[in-house]
Amino acid sequence: MTREQRRKTEGFIALLLCTMAAFFGLFWLVYILGDVLYHGIEALTPSLFMSDPVPPGVEGGGLRNAFVGQILITVFAILIGVPVGVLGGTFLAEYARGRKIARLISVLSDIMVSVPSIVIGTFIYAIMVKPVGHFNGWAGAVALAVIMIPVVLRTTEDMLSLVPWTLREAAFALGAPYYKVIVQIVYRAAATGILTGILLSIARVAGETAPLLFTSFNNSFFSLNMQQSMASLTVTIFQYAMGPYHTWHVQAWAAAFTITLFILILTILGRLIIKWRYR
Amino acid sequence: MATGLKKTPMDAIFLSVTAIASFTVVILIIGILYVLISESSLAITKFGFIKFLTSTDWNPVKQSFGALTNIYGTALTTVLSLVIAVPVGIGIAVFVTEISPNFLKGPIGVAIELLAAIPSIIYGMWGLFTLSPVMSKFIEPFLKKIFAGVPIIGILFQGMPMGIDILTASVILSIMIIPFTASISRDSFNLTPTVVKESAYAIGATKWEVVKNVVIPYSKLGVFGGVVLSLGRALGETMAVAFVLGNNHKITTSLFDAAATVTVTLANEFTEADTDIYLSSLFYLALVLFAMSFITLAIAKYFLIKAESKYSR
Repeated sequence: MTREQRRKTEGFIALLLCTMAAFFGLFWLVYILGDVLYHGIEALTPSLFMSDPVPPGVEGGGLRNAFVGQILITVFAILIGVPVGVLGGTFLAEYARGRKIARLISVLSDIMVSVPSIVIGTFIYAIMVKPVGHFNGWAGAVALAVIMIPVVLRTTEDMLSLVPWTLREAAFALGAPYYKVIVQIVYRAAATGILTGILLSIARVAGETAPLLFTSFNNSFFSLNMQQSMASLTVTIFQYAMGPYHTWHVQAWAAAFTITLFILILTILGRLIIKWRYR
Repeated sequence: MATGLKKTPMDAIFLSVTAIASFTVVILIIGILYVLISESSLAITKFGFIKFLTSTDWNPVKQSFGALTNIYGTALTTVLSLVIAVPVGIGIAVFVTEISPNFLKGPIGVAIELLAAIPSIIYGMWGLFTLSPVMSKFIEPFLKKIFAGVPIIGILFQGMPMGIDILTASVILSIMIIPFTASISRDSFNLTPTVVKESAYAIGATKWEVVKNVVIPYSKLGVFGGVVLSLGRALGETMAVAFVLGNNHKITTSLFDAAATVTVTLANEFTEADTDIYLSSLFYLALVLFAMSFITLAIAKYFLIKAESKYSR
């Protein structure tokens, strides 16, 4: 083999391996999604959303308590996490723009985004469950909010930084104080971006399980009381999938299907908005 | 930036509210550290630091706790998953940036992002019901047949393939972290100036030689940062491995054995801890995990920042 041929063959093999890697990744995505779809759809019944769990062995029953609990915990997490995240991001991108402190908090937030969520679960357990003496829905909501804050904060900071500085100067020239400029000009210009960040952060926390295990725990009964332990879809999936009953497994697949669908729709929506707004 | 502007009382209020909001991140990090240390103080005084990290004893009945089996499990699954995920992730990045026709770039990018968006509990459940039977019936017996007789490597493939073991957990973990490695490598590759690549092509380099000798050396800082970030992610992953790892507090040498990671131990035992010292040891474990992942992520961030400032020059 000549030198040229060897180089060509080597290149061909290497590029072939890279192509195979790409299809390897695609393969898992299709396999996992296909599996969740296949098992989930056949288990999807109206009673899944309408009725509460029944004792194992009894036919029927659903996961209404888990759906409602999941929604309550997530909504309260959003109500706590989004304002703090957006305001914090505003400080970094506006008042502290270019300062060392902004850089530091920004880096710390990036690290916080990837800190193991189970550690946050143990932290909230120590400050919100142990003093009260029992698991409660609020602790779950706060744990999710803690995960959400750095995500929203960073995207808000990035989105506000994209707004041209001249836009602010134009408003300053009219005599507007800075807070008015931020609220009425900068927020409006960056609204879609911030909204996308919020959507993606909801997608991130909606599938979290580990931080809920020690905070909101689980509840086999329908409950709207945030002061008591509360069921969530993800913890229910964990309990049901590890459990011994076939009916539990079927319901776990249905719950997995619903939550995956919800998260994928949010993610795709977020990407589409970014693409449409910032192309 | 806003000096010399008209100051109103509202402005001061808004400034302080946003400042407090952004400092919550700092408060949270310090708070987590403080709470974890104070909750684990009982275990820290009883077992010390070195002894806790090097003891393999995890015995709730005798109330004696050491973290080594957990740390061993975490390290082993993390390293194995990186062995699979890093080449695949970099391969995907090369494919997307250099090989793929334009119409495929978008869809594959989206697919990688979706893979990253799937919650870890779905990975775990899928691993338990779908991957684990496949592993125990086909892949693990196959590996055993090939490698079990080979000296040294053979140790890794001893025992009965059950599907609930280190290998299955590592495979799931690797699928989870492929997207992180791939997307950061892709972003770093994309930053290579076209001119540099074109000059290499002009002197007759093949596409692979350009990737190997120009693109990868140019973007190695970013790629390395991405790998370390994936490592940090894998360290703290809980639900994806909780289903398929068993909860076995032993140092095992075979990939077909059940094991325990720090996260799996926390997930399985935290709500069952019935004595103060047991709970305190679990908090200690959480503290060790927090410290490990924080340091890893900080290193990753350091390399990514360095890479960023190098490219923006």
